[in-house]
Amino acid sequence: MNLVNIFVKAIFIENMIFAYFLGMCSYLAVSKTVKTAVGLGAAVIFVLGVTVPVNYLLENYVLKAGALSWLGASFADVDLSFLAFIMFIAVVAAIVQLVEMVVEKFAPALYGALGIFLPLIAVNCSILGGALFMQERQYSNVAEATSFAVGSGVGWFLAIVAIAAIREKLRYSDIPAPLRGLGITFILTGLMGMAFMAFMGIKI
Amino acid sequence: MSTETASAPVAVPKEGLFSKKNRKLITDPLNDNNPITVQVLGICSALAITVKMSNALVMSISVLAVVVLGNMIISALRNVIPSRIRIIAQLVIAAGLVTLVDIVLKAYVYDVAKQVGVYVGLIITNCILMGRYEAFAMNNKVGPSALDGLGNSLGYAWILVVVAFFREFFGSGSLMGITIIPNSWYAANGGAYFNNNMMILPPMALVIVGIIIWIQRLRNTKLIETA
Repeated sequence: MNLVNIFVKAIFIENMIFAYFLGMCSYLAVSKTVKTAVGLGAAVIFVLGVTVPVNYLLENYVLKAGALSWLGASFADVDLSFLAFIMFIAVVAAIVQLVEMVVEKFAPALYGALGIFLPLIAVNCSILGGALFMQERQYSNVAEATSFAVGSGVGWFLAIVAIAAIREKLRYSDIPAPLRGLGITFILTGLMGMAFMAFMGIKI
Repeated sequence: MSTETASAPVAVPKEGLFSKKNRKLITDPLNDNNPITVQVLGICSALAITVKMSNALVMSISVLAVVVLGNMIISALRNVIPSRIRIIAQLVIAAGLVTLVDIVLKAYVYDVAKQVGVYVGLIITNCILMGRYEAFAMNNKVGPSALDGLGNSLGYAWILVVVAFFREFFGSGSLMGITIIPNSWYAANGGAYFNNNMMILPPMALVIVGIIIWIQRLRNTKLIETA
């Protein structure tokens, strides 16, 4: 039950985009059509779902104060937590590289559509953000961390697909010229964020 | 907004020793090529920490340090880094610098460091960093790279400070933590004034940035998107 709670919470209440603004760069850049948005969203779900559990294990068995005690008593007071940023980003970069190669091999069309944005997932704040939130919230086991990661990914996916759908429709709207493109997307995201705030009152 | 664009040329006389081209490196990102409103880089951390001016300033200074130092280090190493693994090399340099900044913040401004929280770590994935490292520092000498980093982080900083100004002023009635709206104005004390609580909520940051973009493009028509 707890797993479902974490999952739903990560999608709606703690939505990566609307509550924390993570992964905004690619969210704004790749949301022009629904098709590419779906591709990038799926890639983010996958990368989050893989990197956060790996980082969770790294955090709890290598980096945290006393985490190395399984190596023997003499390691019990080693604290490597200052290495967290470097380790997390290295894991993320390596896994993104892997995903990029797999997508290039098995889905060339998707690879072509995602273009530059696939390597940019490595610097998508939502991926590293997932790892840092995982560290901050101290989930009690790897299943909870995975549930949080996949939930955050799904939340991100929903957000980017929604904004892409709206932007496709916007092409037929008469927006003041200086506001066209980036400006209106910002304001729309703000409005969607307000709508998502309605979930805040829900206690689960 | 108008005061901010007016303040942009002020930076020029200070850099008067540099050539015209180098001066452009600093002034361009303030307006025509602003990292937030034009290049759309570094939005992630920019919006979440703008509830208070002091947080925005700390964040701006951290980003400034990481971008300038990182630009200089990468520019110095640009002929040594193999291009195949450059992304990872850049990330490691960024992560190392951010770790330093994080430790310094925790040591000297612990309260702010607590509030800024994960967003300091997220400077690593702040696209301004990677964007500038990749687009500028990899192909330019150390001096111009430092100036480019300075210009871009200042461009980032002024947007942050403007957004934080509006959010803190209307949301909490204070600036830099100092109360501006007199206490007697509030409805609780017999006045008729309410803080706009919506300003504290995250979505308003997006709306304010949207409006800044609107005003900027109204004044600077060559930035208007045609598509």
